[in-house]
Amino acid sequence: MAVSIYLPAILAPLADGARVVDLEGPTVGAAVQALTQRYPGLTPRLVDERGEQYPFIAIYLNDDDIRLVGGFDATVQDGDELSIVPAVAGG
Amino acid sequence: MAQLAANEISRYSRHLLLPEVGKAGQARLKDARVLVVGAGGLGSPVLLYLAAAGVGTLGIVDFDTVDVTNLQRQVLYGTSDVGQDKTRAAEAHLNDLNPHVQVVRHSERLSSENALALFSAYDVIVDGTDNFATRYLVNDACVLTGKPNVYGSIFRFDGQASVFCTAEGPCYRCLYPEPPPPGLVPSCAEGGVLGVLPGLVGVVQATEVIKLLLGVGDSLVGRLLLVNALAASFRSVRVRRDPRCPACGTREIRELRDYEAWCGASLPQDAVPEIAPRELAARAARGEQLQLVDVREPYEWDIAHVEGARLIPLGMLDSEWPTIDATREVFVYCKGGVRSARAVAALRKRGFDRAYNVTGGIVRWREEVDRTLVAY
Repeated sequence: MAVSIYLPAILAPLADGARVVDLEGPTVGAAVQALTQRYPGLTPRLVDERGEQYPFIAIYLNDDDIRLVGGFDATVQDGDELSIVPAVAGG
Repeated sequence: MAQLAANEISRYSRHLLLPEVGKAGQARLKDARVLVVGAGGLGSPVLLYLAAAGVGTLGIVDFDTVDVTNLQRQVLYGTSDVGQDKTRAAEAHLNDLNPHVQVVRHSERLSSENALALFSAYDVIVDGTDNFATRYLVNDACVLTGKPNVYGSIFRFDGQASVFCTAEGPCYRCLYPEPPPPGLVPSCAEGGVLGVLPGLVGVVQATEVIKLLLGVGDSLVGRLLLVNALAASFRSVRVRRDPRCPACGTREIRELRDYEAWCGASLPQDAVPEIAPRELAARAARGEQLQLVDVREPYEWDIAHVEGARLIPLGMLDSEWPTIDATREVFVYCKGGVRSARAVAALRKRGFDRAYNVTGGIVRWREEVDRTLVAY
């Protein structure tokens, strides 16, 4: 299942500047893992030591917060979009 | 309901022509009291547009003075305001823009002690703050006082906006239950921000305030607007109320707490030994050869750096640390001391027992040691 992962400006430098990365993954977790395998520098910024989601980084599967649709176990469809939305505080 | 004088009717004529506003809506705006927390990048456009629109009472909370580095985005101020109290400078500009608006200055830091009383006197709260501790404080105080929190946040080229803490919608904690550890997310002062970005996001916040006050349109309640200035994209995602949220769900949070401690803002991120710039400069003046490492980015180095230092951006430290002499003292600095604290912690883990963080970074170095350096 081909999904596009959208990275925020703050994380793009850890992915060679890419803001959109196309990956395969039957689930959200698999897609995130494929992303961190391609860009290992992203790993500690995306998941904690147990491989779980941080409370200060929301991940959206299309328009839905993954926490409400099954978390990393949520299945993805061809063409789905995953957006990484970290908390930012600037004003 | 407020009456509009003849000169107000002329001033607001383009509003009065809109059936969604009309005389009744304009009077409602005049009766409204809006509190803007933070008169910076976001607060500037919010205040300008709300004053222009005729919101009757505008409260401003900010304890800061206008700095020259603000002017690239904080369009409420001019060059002649540099050094002035922000609320005072804001009041002068807003009074000129619209003398029918009453500006209430709160020249103080928002705190757990004053937030509830302050918020209670207003109808809508606008979050234009610049740090996580104050954002959680604003959110919880909004939940406790039942005031909508018109939220905006920016970093580099990305922005977010939403309306939290309404009777039916989620709050900021439903979206982000906890803040990131200090130092993980750079502030705009460290990471930079495109000057027009707070304009884009702040104008969205002002629009949401006016819609809430008028009761028209579909608000951003339950949606998070994501703005990407580089891609010229605006999209919104759903935010749902979390029944487990300690603020608006279970309501475990019944009073305001110490948000700085909770966010770790007052704690050094990694408690590492520090040295003050003045002390370090005195040692250099005595002829000591100091090993100084600058962990900022090359473009920051180009703006200003300490003579005799060498540049190893924080991201390169993992590969470059063997080039640092571990048998000597090593003094690490960045812009304000946050990145360098992480670098010192990392070096100490690798056995650099004599690694020290330069307190306050190059900003404080400039203040204490070398005024010829360019401030940024």
